[in-house]
Amino acid sequence: MENRITNILLVGVGGQGIILASEIMADVFMEAGYDVKKSEVHGMAQRGGSVSTHVRFGPKVYSPLIKEGETDIFVAFEELEALRYLSYLSPRPTILLNEQRLNPPGVSLGNEDYPADVKEVLSRRAKTFRSIPARDLAVRAGDVRAANVVLLGALHSTLSIPEKAWTDRILKRFPPKAGPVNLEAFRLGKAS
Amino acid sequence: MKDPRTVLSGNEAIARGAFESGVKVAAAYPGTPSTEILESLGAYSGPHVEWSPNEKVALETAMGAAFGGARALAVMKHVGVNVAADPLFTLSYTGLRGGLVLVTADDPEMHSSQNEQDNRHYARFAKVPMLEPSDSQEAKDLTKTAFDLSENFDTPVMLRTTTRVSHSKSIVQTAEPTVPPVKPGLVKNPVKLVMLPANARRRHPLVEKRMEDLARFAETFPGNRIEWGDKRVGIITSGISYAYAKEVMPEASFLKLGMVYPLPREMIRSFASQVEKLYVVEELDPFIEEQVRAMGLAVEGKSAFPLTGELNPLLVEKGLKNLPPGPEETAPKLPARPPIMCPGCPHRGIFSILNKMKLFVTGDIGCYTLGFLPPLSAIDTCVCMGASIGHAMGLDKALGEEALGKVVAVIGDSTFLHSGITSLLNVVYNRGAVTVVILDNHTTAMTGRQDHPGTGCTLKGEETFEVDLAKLAKSLGVKHVKTVNPYDLAATERVIKREVQRPEPSVIISRAPCILSRREKKVSGKPLAVDSDLCAGCRSCLRLGCPAVAWIKEEGTNAQGKKRKGRAAIDEFLCNGCTLCAQMCKFGAIKGNNGK
Repeated sequence: MENRITNILLVGVGGQGIILASEIMADVFMEAGYDVKKSEVHGMAQRGGSVSTHVRFGPKVYSPLIKEGETDIFVAFEELEALRYLSYLSPRPTILLNEQRLNPPGVSLGNEDYPADVKEVLSRRAKTFRSIPARDLAVRAGDVRAANVVLLGALHSTLSIPEKAWTDRILKRFPPKAGPVNLEAFRLGKAS
Repeated sequence: MKDPRTVLSGNEAIARGAFESGVKVAAAYPGTPSTEILESLGAYSGPHVEWSPNEKVALETAMGAAFGGARALAVMKHVGVNVAADPLFTLSYTGLRGGLVLVTADDPEMHSSQNEQDNRHYARFAKVPMLEPSDSQEAKDLTKTAFDLSENFDTPVMLRTTTRVSHSKSIVQTAEPTVPPVKPGLVKNPVKLVMLPANARRRHPLVEKRMEDLARFAETFPGNRIEWGDKRVGIITSGISYAYAKEVMPEASFLKLGMVYPLPREMIRSFASQVEKLYVVEELDPFIEEQVRAMGLAVEGKSAFPLTGELNPLLVEKGLKNLPPGPEETAPKLPARPPIMCPGCPHRGIFSILNKMKLFVTGDIGCYTLGFLPPLSAIDTCVCMGASIGHAMGLDKALGEEALGKVVAVIGDSTFLHSGITSLLNVVYNRGAVTVVILDNHTTAMTGRQDHPGTGCTLKGEETFEVDLAKLAKSLGVKHVKTVNPYDLAATERVIKREVQRPEPSVIISRAPCILSRREKKVSGKPLAVDSDLCAGCRSCLRLGCPAVAWIKEEGTNAQGKKRKGRAAIDEFLCNGCTLCAQMCKFGAIKGNNGK
């Protein structure tokens, strides 16, 4: 049992399933016996805006927000968005990067350039860096929408939470039909 | 036995608290960050839970229920309380029989709001008590406390949350619902409920006495508590600020307030006398700080913490520890990713037309406010719900001929029903040369697609009467009412051009369901594609600002030999097949995937 607080920051773009992933995480950490808090802001953007979700667990958690500079595990669902939150990272974080680029409006319009070298910047910044083709793995599992669960699988392999807590919660969270696909997505993410 | 622990958002916890309190009537108008409270409560069977057309109606409905002895809940975002302020201030005088809780969900940082007013002032202004939770468990517990206080002190009780409490999730212990102590029924008491001057004069001193009683109660209220630690630093705080302060300085002494109005003055005085240095940590205005200062106590507050925006653990730490602004990791300059109208959104075409016509567009509150952003850039005012029509009327009366044909008001269907009807009535009554475009997407889209009196469906998903916007406008006296299909750019442009020139009131209803609607038939959904051979690289399609249309930089010529600096491309995963870009294209380069 961890006796300190673990700070996990998830970032990406509205519509990528970040909030659902963070809700599964919160339930799993509660089941595993921890106090847990999570926070995100939603409302303005139905789709397409920048999204960040803070998840914190440990013996007792007060703030739902991670203090800047204290993120232990950084899960970036989109490459550009990863760069937006560098100030939140601890000195030696674990970084899980989904290999996916979604052009923001300025790039779509040709007025701005998508940043280059995202992987390089992140791998330099990390203690542990993993780059995960979550979309491809989700397609292999049977549904492109399961990319978020692929990333949960990858996240699981960096924590010491029993695997059953994850798989139980994933099965509870999705309709029975979608269960096997999501379990497979989780497995592929874990092995990635 | 079922595990009574569950992870809930602050909003879900308030709904749970209301349910456990035996609430009978709950009413709200959707507004971020409050919306999920009624949505969650709607999932419980038992209470009547409704979307009201606006916050004033919601509070008045809750009042009626409470006058009848039932427990009632009214929910709104901070600016919604402005709309409901009229009944609130006099409800403070009448009191009630069943408990009434008014939830105000404030939005420091303006994540999704037009201002960041601090609604704690309303408690003092309207002379009602206010509770403020720090997390979801407290949100549930204080909701229950609020109902009890309401009945015990014959007062409405305000429960204030902020975006971070409403939208954060934490563990909550649930309980079974209880039966409220007051029995609902019709009980006449006109001297108390009819606020004629003579009656109101009798009530006001009772209100003042009630606030004194509540202030005494606050001294022993368990929601106000002292957590002794190192006495060198004492922190008075409440709400989410408590969580941040506790996080960064757990060793300090805390006076944690669950009730932020009225304050426990003796408790504060005693706490202050036992600590070396006293801080008030609070978001936005120095609401607690100024009252503490007025007690003659030395305290640090806004001198150490910002007056605007949200607090966070780092800001609180810097204030408490007097840290110098350290070397921050400088983020590289990155392309912004603002919220944006969805691909296939029915509003997009209208705004591309308004932009092309260079009109002065008085705007309103909803998804369509995003029409302000480039490249659409076609919203010129946006202040509050329903204001667009009044703005257009004032421009017409001030500028006359000069403004004729150059101004148009845009307002969503839900916003029009919230507070646009009376403004339109005024346009007719005072003979304004005003054209109003009602962007009717048949839902309250911005807050996540809630129903309203124009959708034919209630919060509970039951079928109901559906107001006909065209007939409504006509019945107000508008002679020229046209309905257009916003996916037909040419026809829509013709109608707007004609109507804005009219020297009398006119209404254009732009009718097409929200692209995210699950109930209604929408545009095809079949993605279009750009024929790269035909694309001339003119960028007309990009003027729509659709996230599905991208520009590929690539100098060269197309198959017709036309020079171009790049070409357009459509993302087949994002495109909903609305065809607006195809209508913008003069080269016939954008087609359906089936070749049409």
